[in-house]
Amino acid sequence: MYRAIQTFLVAFCLLVSCLATGLRAQEDIRPLIDALGSTAFPQKIEAVKALAASGDPKVGEILQNLSDGKLYAPKTGGTVYLEGPADGAYLDVLTGAPATEVPENLAKIKLNNGLRGAIGAALSQLTLLSPDRSARLVASQDLLKDANPDNLDLLNSALAGEKDAEVKATMEAARAVILLKTDASAEEKKAAIDMIAARGNRDALTILTAALDNAPDELKPAIEQNISSIKGSLAMWDVAQNIWYGLSLGSVLLLAAIGLAITFGVMGIINMAHGEMVMLGAYTTYVVQQTIAAVAPGMTDFSLAFAVPAAFLFTGLVGVGIERSVIRWLYGRPLETLLATWGISLILQQAIRTIFGPTNRQVDNPSWMSGAFEFGGLAITYNRMWIIVFSLGVFVALLLLLKRSKFGLQMRAVTQNRRMASSMGIRTPWVDALTFGLGSGIAGMAGVALSQIDNVSPNLGQNYIIDSFMVVVFGGVGNLWGTLVGALTLGIANKFLEPYAGAVLGKILILIFIILFIQRRPRGLFALKGRAVEQ
Amino acid sequence: MKIKSHVMSAFLAGALATTAFSSVYAAEDTIKVGILHSLSGTMAISETTLKDAMLMLIEDQNKKGGLLGKKLEAVVVDPASDWPLFAEKARELISVNKVSAVFGCWTSSSRKSVLPVFEELNSLLFYPVQYEGEESSRNIFYTGAAPNQQAIPAVDYLMNTEGVERFVLEGTDYVYPRTTNKILEAYLIAKGIPKEDILINYTPFGFSDWQTEVAKIKEFGSAGKKTAVVSTINGDANVPFYKELGNKGIKATDIPVVAFSVGEEELAGLDTKPLVGHLAAWNYFQSVDAPANAEFIKEWHAFTKNDKRVTNDPMEAAYIGFKAWVSAVEAAGTTDTDAVLDTIIGTTVPNLSGGYATVMPNHHITKPVLIGEIQEDGQFEIVQQTPAVVGDEWSDFLPDSKDLISDWRKPMSCGNFNVATGKCGGKGS
Repeated sequence: MYRAIQTFLVAFCLLVSCLATGLRAQEDIRPLIDALGSTAFPQKIEAVKALAASGDPKVGEILQNLSDGKLYAPKTGGTVYLEGPADGAYLDVLTGAPATEVPENLAKIKLNNGLRGAIGAALSQLTLLSPDRSARLVASQDLLKDANPDNLDLLNSALAGEKDAEVKATMEAARAVILLKTDASAEEKKAAIDMIAARGNRDALTILTAALDNAPDELKPAIEQNISSIKGSLAMWDVAQNIWYGLSLGSVLLLAAIGLAITFGVMGIINMAHGEMVMLGAYTTYVVQQTIAAVAPGMTDFSLAFAVPAAFLFTGLVGVGIERSVIRWLYGRPLETLLATWGISLILQQAIRTIFGPTNRQVDNPSWMSGAFEFGGLAITYNRMWIIVFSLGVFVALLLLLKRSKFGLQMRAVTQNRRMASSMGIRTPWVDALTFGLGSGIAGMAGVALSQIDNVSPNLGQNYIIDSFMVVVFGGVGNLWGTLVGALTLGIANKFLEPYAGAVLGKILILIFIILFIQRRPRGLFALKGRAVEQ
Repeated sequence: MKIKSHVMSAFLAGALATTAFSSVYAAEDTIKVGILHSLSGTMAISETTLKDAMLMLIEDQNKKGGLLGKKLEAVVVDPASDWPLFAEKARELISVNKVSAVFGCWTSSSRKSVLPVFEELNSLLFYPVQYEGEESSRNIFYTGAAPNQQAIPAVDYLMNTEGVERFVLEGTDYVYPRTTNKILEAYLIAKGIPKEDILINYTPFGFSDWQTEVAKIKEFGSAGKKTAVVSTINGDANVPFYKELGNKGIKATDIPVVAFSVGEEELAGLDTKPLVGHLAAWNYFQSVDAPANAEFIKEWHAFTKNDKRVTNDPMEAAYIGFKAWVSAVEAAGTTDTDAVLDTIIGTTVPNLSGGYATVMPNHHITKPVLIGEIQEDGQFEIVQQTPAVVGDEWSDFLPDSKDLISDWRKPMSCGNFNVATGKCGGKGS
């Protein structure tokens, strides 16, 4: 309670003093504002700093407008105006009244990274006491990045009243970083170093490495020791991180390959158009997203929920169509199937190129698939995490379908002994068509997931076809578990090789490994056993 | 049998005569211009736009009365992103269709594939894309940027304006990034950047899993010095790269990325909100504020009947190449290759950024260098513009090319003159 009152008093005093100076300074800051319209970026940055230092209550609003690109100035520099509600109308920056005698050649004031950083730092001083938690968090993060010793008093007062743990930790870190830059006592600096080191992440490492150069001699051993201990723990986390990256790559491979595990693994069709089914799924996602954005803009975050069944049905139907029209005439002739499906893949690519154009289509990540969170020392991006969940879900669903449903039973019967199945009354041609459709439909669902991390372009499928075959052959033809283990193994192996060997050599090494492995075990990791194999 | 073969050869001769006659007839009627851009395959994504741009320029020229009193006729072929096919299609354009000049190619591999054809058949190629340099052919005009017109000014901007001290040179594994990075590394070391502050990394074509690479960039950037990424990542791999950057929360204010192959077209497939402030270096942006550009964009929208179609740097390079050729043909009074080769050097035509481009004796052109920052609407905000720079075909920063110059004016007429030995020939001959 006492704390709250104190905070309130501090905030109130600040506000009162601001108001008092503000009334006087109202007109004094106009030259500073006009300096924002100067042509050189260094001058603009100076103007932002001077404005922030002026303490005028209007400054926050003005800087926000600048950052939003609402401020205009003549191209050669001069009076700055605020964008008006109508096109070509301008307002006075300070009063908000419609401006008269506006010069002709007004242009938006340009920002660059340096200026954006300066605005962020200036605004953070103003929003550090904001009642909005996220505003305070952003402000404290900006202060941490900026680490300007002038902000020490401000931080001290803000810290006194902060309750939110995360914001408070960031503020304390910012304070510690600033302390290292000032001439505070050695004990205070020591505490600051420990404080930063306790964060233990890469940012802490950056701060400490930077502080090492101009630290007093007696503090250097402490800093160095902390640096090496952070590096040690980061190395541990790096292993975990590599496993995570591997799982994530593996899940993408699994998604791309699992449909092929059905068409190639179970039916024995070398389907070179498999990648194009993935591509069609991605384009379905694009169409669904566009439709939803046009019909029900509020639902865009859920567009993927509609895209998954839509892509499954659409590519499934295309798959059935391909099987009925082309592939069924070519059973038992693998080379001709290969060439025919290769032709189909080119036709599909060029068809999409003609309909949608050759350039990439933009598929947005829904908000729940954007950004990342930290889990210990792991940085986990939401889109990758959901793709892992999705691919495992697809895998389990497919496994259940094959093992528990009537269709799955018929499918297995047909692939194991076609004539016997036919004699038992199973309509084998239709089972073939539906199985191929199922494999294609799953490829389509993979396309929905891939649209979140890759280009949606006519070439999308080509990038995955080789990898998919690799996974299926490595895992063992005709075995879904083999595909799962194969995809995850290849993903993790790839990600462990990449940091040491580089992405190009890593990929080559994996290919060599698979070639050697296939020499030793031609049937892959999980070979099918029994009479079915002998056919 | 004998009679049969006589009949056959007579028939063939007749057929040949007819084609020869028809092409002579056509040559009198119109001036043919070849367009050699992939309309299918992986490169269609970039090259289709250039084909459209060329068709627009030709149509426009015809509206103005054509060239030398004749209409221009575009001959479009599709080399399908297949490098050997580029050479075949180029030969077809020159020998069968009898075109006066060819506008085309995108990748360096396709240019290297057609180069011997153009030299053998003595025709003209206008190449509109930024490239790695280290080449100068008598029959090719390079209207895109050489490394000193794009990469080096971009790195200067990073060092001077953003205060960058550590560099990650990230590229796709092929000739353009490798050569550019070699030049940049030599340049940075010459500027006093220690070798341990430069990280060079390559990824395969179409790379899509950027998690490890982005983590590596983040780690390299945590050494306490301001770090930037210089990206020569090729087309398709860019979208997943930028998505990963955005999701990992690497902002332009932390680690800016300056790209040499990302333009308005590439950004069209991306949500650019998390990418605001990342940079690109080109010689033209759609956002250039110049009357010539406004006119060009208006025409482009009208021609494509789509007012969302963006314009980009290679389109401007194609524009300059076409205008330079037209003006050289008018000066020569003929489309004959040798005559045009004489008149085109020194030809000055307006570019789209409000200045002028001059064709230099080394068959490269003068260009201003523009640094742009990505905006939320997928356009670039120009934060720096240099005066026009002369394209340097043989980089001064590579040991085996620093003594070479190229001058196709008589009497020198040499693409790789070694100023140290005073002889024509050497690397690249």
